[in-house]
Amino acid sequence: MESKSISAPVIFDRSREEIEEEANGDVFDIEIGVSDPEKVGDGMNAYMAYRVTTKTSLSMFSKSEFSVKRRFSDFLGLHSKLASKYLHVGYIVPPAPEKSIVGMTKVKVGKEDSSSTEFVEKRRAALERYLQRTVKHPTLLQDPDLRQFLESSELPRAVNTQALSGAGILRMVNKAADAVNKMTIKMNESDAWFEEKQQQFENLDQQLRKLHASVEALVCHRKELSANTAAFAKSAAMLGNSEDHTALSRALSQLAEVEEKIDQLHQEQAFADFYMFSELLSDYIRLIAAVKGVFDHRMKCWQKWEDAQITLLKKRETEAKMMVANKPDKIQQAKNEIREWEAKVQQGERDFEQISKTIRKEVGRFEAKRVKDFKTVIIKYLESLVQTQQQLIKYWEAFLPEAKAIA
Amino acid sequence: MEGRQEAGKENKPSSISVDPQGDSSLQVEISDAVSERDKVKFTVQTKSCLPHFAQTEFSVVRQHEEFIWLHDAYVENEEYAGLIIPPAPPRPDFEASREKLQKLGEGDSSITREEFAKMKQELEAEYLAIFKKTVAMHEVFLQRLAAHPTLRRDHNFFVFLEYGQDLSVRGKNRKELLGGFLRNIVKSADEALITSMSGLKEVDDFFEHERTFLLEYHTRIRDACLRADRVMQSHKCLADDYIPISAALSSLGTQEVNQLKTSFFKLAELFERLRKLEGRVASDEDLKLSDMLRYYMRDSQAAKDLLYRRLRALADYENANKALDKARTRNREVRTAESNQQLCCRRFERLSDSAKQELMDFKSRRVSSFRKNLIELAELELKHAKASTLLLRNTLVALKGEP
Repeated sequence: MESKSISAPVIFDRSREEIEEEANGDVFDIEIGVSDPEKVGDGMNAYMAYRVTTKTSLSMFSKSEFSVKRRFSDFLGLHSKLASKYLHVGYIVPPAPEKSIVGMTKVKVGKEDSSSTEFVEKRRAALERYLQRTVKHPTLLQDPDLRQFLESSELPRAVNTQALSGAGILRMVNKAADAVNKMTIKMNESDAWFEEKQQQFENLDQQLRKLHASVEALVCHRKELSANTAAFAKSAAMLGNSEDHTALSRALSQLAEVEEKIDQLHQEQAFADFYMFSELLSDYIRLIAAVKGVFDHRMKCWQKWEDAQITLLKKRETEAKMMVANKPDKIQQAKNEIREWEAKVQQGERDFEQISKTIRKEVGRFEAKRVKDFKTVIIKYLESLVQTQQQLIKYWEAFLPEAKAIA
Repeated sequence: MEGRQEAGKENKPSSISVDPQGDSSLQVEISDAVSERDKVKFTVQTKSCLPHFAQTEFSVVRQHEEFIWLHDAYVENEEYAGLIIPPAPPRPDFEASREKLQKLGEGDSSITREEFAKMKQELEAEYLAIFKKTVAMHEVFLQRLAAHPTLRRDHNFFVFLEYGQDLSVRGKNRKELLGGFLRNIVKSADEALITSMSGLKEVDDFFEHERTFLLEYHTRIRDACLRADRVMQSHKCLADDYIPISAALSSLGTQEVNQLKTSFFKLAELFERLRKLEGRVASDEDLKLSDMLRYYMRDSQAAKDLLYRRLRALADYENANKALDKARTRNREVRTAESNQQLCCRRFERLSDSAKQELMDFKSRRVSSFRKNLIELAELELKHAKASTLLLRNTLVALKGEP
């Protein structure tokens, strides 16, 4: 009986693959904008339609600038198609934005208040980021479904979007992960790279979640500060009106004006806190879930190969038994099955090698993009903070002479 | 928690201008203060060349209740009915701060040691700030009394400053508190009654204006004070939020890939510094804005009380007039009625004269205090905004310089 050592082969030098991907960078000249949210229809059947505009110089597209109207379920439909084609072979498919029953119901019911406007804006921005990430993926960009999404004026309506939401896909991924864990795969990972990377992503996930929670608190409190500043501004104005010393009265009115402007500043800063910092973190938390899913698919692939090898062994045993028992037709059957399973083992090995290779490339590309993303956003965020402080300086510098003028 | 403070003039958040004229024959200050389990002991130091005192420099230890006793003694004294009695200092209240420290001690195991140390630092700073404020409030109360030409000569004031032993004034028990509460209700009812009394004419435009003004002013400044407090709380909240953010960025830095390590470390440092700046913005707004508004809310209440006393005196005068008329008609006890009427008249005129002066002083005190604090507020806000800008710009330069 042959004993085959079942272990993942070390095929590639780890750093070479990653470096390759980092060097390629993003040389794809394509930009996507999602804009002009428009309510279509009435009541519970109403939906928001978004304009998706593509600007590109790539030759695969017939025009250099074009736009279409899409609704949220169309985005989910796109994602589900891409996920079903590419996830299980190791590509990190960017997840679509989350569904939100509460948010959407408010919009449908026609609540024209600031919270539903905020919700629509949040969604619009998230859809834009989603498409940008998807088109920047070299393999996904080639996909016909993606092109159809961007170009076709009419899109067949995506059905059963319940299962197709980002959360739905993640649930599937998580279930697969659990199943894999339960199988207690003793995968002899002789390629430490995968184990290391998985651990790294696990840690990163935890840290990002912690940071995200604290940033959410910051956004909340900054909004409160804005509201409280506005309330104070009003009471300062009232006090100024009551004050019977003319110069002091004027100064207090000026103070009220300054505070009102500052309240606006705080509000804008809260938006920056949210859209730049908080949303970046939550996007990456979901992206990392997709990365984890891809690693789990590799495990499943390995398991399939392993199962094929075990089955092949059994078939060989059966053949040997048949030879001893001298049953010629059973021997032939056994030989056929052996051939079948040898082919499956070979395919299993090829698939496993392929997915491992793809994942290495993908992780390299992902990490390069992540570093760029984080650096860019951090700088943009800090610049927003600088802006706020500079405005504060302007306002207080204008107020100071007013205070000094109180005689 | 124990706390001590050497309250020198530099430490004092002097948001209230006490004495526009400046007279150094009686100087009072709180030179030391100790916070014990549930009370604060203030060391009141007096320097004076006035002949009344046995020494030129002496100290006594007083607690909050004794300050209240002194304040109430002034309020109940008929001689000072025509004066604005400086508002009593608020009771030292460390409850909220103590609770927070306790909660921190009980521990949330998910926070790191650094985070814990920073939060503890924040809370201790808060405790210290409250402590300093209560000392300042008690000091300002005494200093206003010492600066006032009439109030400073009060016998109880001398006793308060000089008597070495405990004044044995326990805190008000529930009956007395209730009594005080009821007295306030009676006072407002009385005031409403007096103003609706027919025949009661406000003869003086000045007082008519002052009444309308003070009524509205007091309500609005109270509002402004409450809302300023909330703004200050929000700033504190923000500063506290930076603690876990900085900690999370730090741990990200330790385990990140090389290209992002420095970025995260620098960001962590940035947020730590921003936290301190935001904290200073909060405490400056507290001192220059909230505290000032709060003080003048109380002072304007004291002014309202003065107006009420004068109104009461006017009503008494009117009643005495009516009684005299009645006595004359009936020709009975005319002399008693006459002398009573003269008494009321003199009292009313005395109150009106001194009230006028007091209210004008109140205005000039208020204006100069607001001016000082608004200027200081603007200057501090500018200082912090400039420091933040510099900090942010330096971080940006460092980050952009990264490959």
